[in-house]
Amino acid sequence: MNAAIILFPGSNRERDAIRAIEKVTGKKPSLVWHGETALPAGTDLVLLPGGFSYGDYLRCGAIAARAPVMDAVRAHAARGGLVLGICNGFQIMVEAGLLPGVLMRNANLRFVCRMQHLTVERNDTPFTSHYAKGQVIKVAIAHGEGNYEADAETIRRLEGDSRVAFRYSNARGVIGGGANPNGSTNAIAGIYSENFRVLGLMPHPENLIDPLVGGIDGRGLFEGVAGFTRAA
Amino acid sequence: MLRTGCRIEKKTRFEASNRRKDEAIVNAIEPDITPELAAAHGLKPDEYARILALIGRTPSFTELGIFSAMWNEHCSYKSSRLHLRKLPTKAPWVIQGPGENAGVIDIGDGLACVFKMESHNHPSFIEPFQGAATGVGGILRDVFTMGARPVACLNLLRFGAPEHPRTRHLVAGVVAGIGAYGNSFGVPTVGGSTNFDKSYDGNILVNAMAVGIAKANEIFYAKASGVGNKVVYLGSKTGRDGIHGATMASAAFDADAEAKRPAVQVGDPFTEKLLLEACLELMQTGAVIAIQDMGAAGLTSSGVEMGAKGNLGIALDLDRVPCRETGMSAYEMLLSESQERMLMVLDPAKEREAEAIFRKWGLDFAVIGETTDTLRFTVTHRGQVKADLPIKELGDTAPLYDRPHIPSPKQAPIDPASIAAPIPHAEALARLIATPDLCSKRWIYEQYDHLILGNTVQAPGGDAAVIRIGDGPKGLALTTDVTQRYCQADPFEGGKQAVAEAWRNLTAVGARPRAITDNLNFGNPEKPEIMGQLIACIEGIGEACRALDFPVVSGNVSLYNESSGSAIAPTPAIGGVGLIEDVSLTASLPFKRPGETILLIGETAGWLGRSLYLREICGCEIGAPPPVDLAAERRNGDFVRGLIASQTVTAVHDISDGGLAVALAEMAMAGAIGASIEISPSLPTPGFLFGEDQARYVVTAAPESAAAIRDAAERAGVACEIIGATGGDTLTLSAGTAILLDDLALANEAWLPRYMAQSHS
Repeated sequence: MNAAIILFPGSNRERDAIRAIEKVTGKKPSLVWHGETALPAGTDLVLLPGGFSYGDYLRCGAIAARAPVMDAVRAHAARGGLVLGICNGFQIMVEAGLLPGVLMRNANLRFVCRMQHLTVERNDTPFTSHYAKGQVIKVAIAHGEGNYEADAETIRRLEGDSRVAFRYSNARGVIGGGANPNGSTNAIAGIYSENFRVLGLMPHPENLIDPLVGGIDGRGLFEGVAGFTRAA
Repeated sequence: MLRTGCRIEKKTRFEASNRRKDEAIVNAIEPDITPELAAAHGLKPDEYARILALIGRTPSFTELGIFSAMWNEHCSYKSSRLHLRKLPTKAPWVIQGPGENAGVIDIGDGLACVFKMESHNHPSFIEPFQGAATGVGGILRDVFTMGARPVACLNLLRFGAPEHPRTRHLVAGVVAGIGAYGNSFGVPTVGGSTNFDKSYDGNILVNAMAVGIAKANEIFYAKASGVGNKVVYLGSKTGRDGIHGATMASAAFDADAEAKRPAVQVGDPFTEKLLLEACLELMQTGAVIAIQDMGAAGLTSSGVEMGAKGNLGIALDLDRVPCRETGMSAYEMLLSESQERMLMVLDPAKEREAEAIFRKWGLDFAVIGETTDTLRFTVTHRGQVKADLPIKELGDTAPLYDRPHIPSPKQAPIDPASIAAPIPHAEALARLIATPDLCSKRWIYEQYDHLILGNTVQAPGGDAAVIRIGDGPKGLALTTDVTQRYCQADPFEGGKQAVAEAWRNLTAVGARPRAITDNLNFGNPEKPEIMGQLIACIEGIGEACRALDFPVVSGNVSLYNESSGSAIAPTPAIGGVGLIEDVSLTASLPFKRPGETILLIGETAGWLGRSLYLREICGCEIGAPPPVDLAAERRNGDFVRGLIASQTVTAVHDISDGGLAVALAEMAMAGAIGASIEISPSLPTPGFLFGEDQARYVVTAAPESAAAIRDAAERAGVACEIIGATGGDTLTLSAGTAILLDDLALANEAWLPRYMAQSHS
């Protein structure tokens, strides 16, 4: 799998993503500077990493969404290419119009970092084939603005098309209450584009690839993408 | 934002008139230099006389500012230097001891660990968010200035009594500030220590520690070399923030603390992250001859330090300093503590390459001076020489005081048999576990990204944090510790104990303790009793470091921690670093499975003096603190480390605040497995359960290994007794007093969130 990780000033989980992709696929991703206007030829997956692009000073992801490289990312998505946005990457995606909705400040107005359970809503997408449908996985979250909101019509459409990728849950897969760390509508932790080739999520599967460091529940996502690109 | 022509025009007019005003200020005649003005700069009459003698004339206004910046307590260590020399700083694994931006130790495989702790107490009290944030920024800069990539942050926080009207606001601001900076910069904040004491009501402590990894043969230093080399300014622009920050840090607070808000800097973690990447990229090119971050006293301190260390003069042309605002005077530019700035001496042949890297990262790059052979620090601005001072003497002849000191009065030990339990033990434990000092600090550490970089093997909540180095198998154990109530009662034993506890916490995860950084927080050293505390704590630290082969490689002294004449409890914070050969062979504190044997390692005398039990349950703070037998500390710790290395034990926890009962409760809550304990018949029970005797650990093991552990302990001369077994959903301290684990955990988790949710009064 040829993965390209986009680097914005202020990205800070790119090393975590590089390591995850390398560990799972055995192949080093290429790094693409925000000022570039093209992606490396043959790119299968574009990954927008976590961090605080441009310091998140205006609005999370708003400036990065307008970086030169984003035209190339949008074109890649329009061609049916795979795009994965994690945390700040997800925030950039919604600002760039790759996915609907917005990510507001966490309901309690505090940054939250903890281990968090998610339910895998479906396993027939390019990203989730290595999970079981309804499987509960444990990954890391670390964000101050992960409260997913959209207008009622958008939420209805996302739910109707089963485009919710992951929901926050407790260890038993129960959704709601204290299991929702940020107040997201319908406990949404991640969503797909209409063609399921673009995934944005707040949690950090890239931090869960090693049994010594929290567990390996994040591996499945990268294994799924790698498998999908091999088959394609 | 509205962008109407009218508004822009107005703004331009406004700026123009501002500029005219600024120019007028710069060109105005500077104030006359008088002893009063010197005093207003924090310089004592004898210090001002020393300046006059040194330069043989009245200093210029700018020069006065330079002296005040260089000779304040914060930069010159004038009260502590004499005594700091008593600390052991060497070991075969120490690459760089105190005196550089951070300490450096060899961790094998060609790698070095670079670390330091520093205080940002006064700024954090005035403006908690920015004060704490820039404290983190400053210490991160110290570490990456030396060529290391930061891999972890820790902190040690001390707040006033919870019921003090400012405390909640300070906790909220400091925690948010630490999180905002570290999270954005992208370093995991993996550990810390937070508690509350009324002595900090008017002067909180915010000590931040940063840890980085570098190649052992690629460490960068501040020492300039070569005459005529360019002095380059990098990073953010200079503004009027933080002027006299270091001077503020060198004076006690009085009622006008609020008025010092402009002396607090404003942090920009985004720029710091860019500065990190740009610096590390630049260092790879071989262009960097010397590098120094602009921390306290900004451009002055960094310029003087680089020159003085390299036996060179430095000539600065302030017209070339990138400024954020117009019309800044030489005085302001030299004393500004604007953040995220670096000074470097570059190889002239690689200047272009260096500039390209900084432009790529969108940072300022300006040649603002050069090295000279004059040994003078000269500063010109708008065609005028604003300062011309002997560079070595600026640092070397800074005042050095042997201040008068008196020892703290010795406290009598408390006989454990004299303490009767006022309430049943189970109730006492439930109460202790929910006190501000012992409650879960989850509300705090969940606001810090402690998982970024994907190497956090043990997250906050254990004895020490454990991080993996790269892809392993090696790792580091990290901790911050001090028990100020012990230091208050007996500064010497308290100093020893702080080091011993750091050593014990590293040992409890299986690490070999290697070195410490210290952050000595005390009151006004001009008071003999405070000076006595400082000296005794340093001596205690030194004794423990020597006995435990645990040298001091970096540190910081923060004095004048007083408000309205009242000093904080002496708080010599210790940041400990330990080395782990294989992170898969570490220990952690949760009980792992039911039916295991619980063993108590170390001698229990039931020491209750200065214990949390006395303070929280009996309502008195009396007696001598527990003494630390350093030989036993070492013997017991080495024994426990051996058990961890051989994987004989399944859980390990050191015993500290709250004693054995609290240690057991923490292990049970973390593992969600109960335990039942037999109370030693030979000891009065409050002492056995809640005594804070040192050099002790609780370990668990499979029942079939327990006897062998006890035999091995006996051979090693280590006290060891089987005290109970894990299992069930209660903690049973003696027949009949079972506490439901769920109730304990609820009480332990509830205090801090509930406290923080109360409305600000």
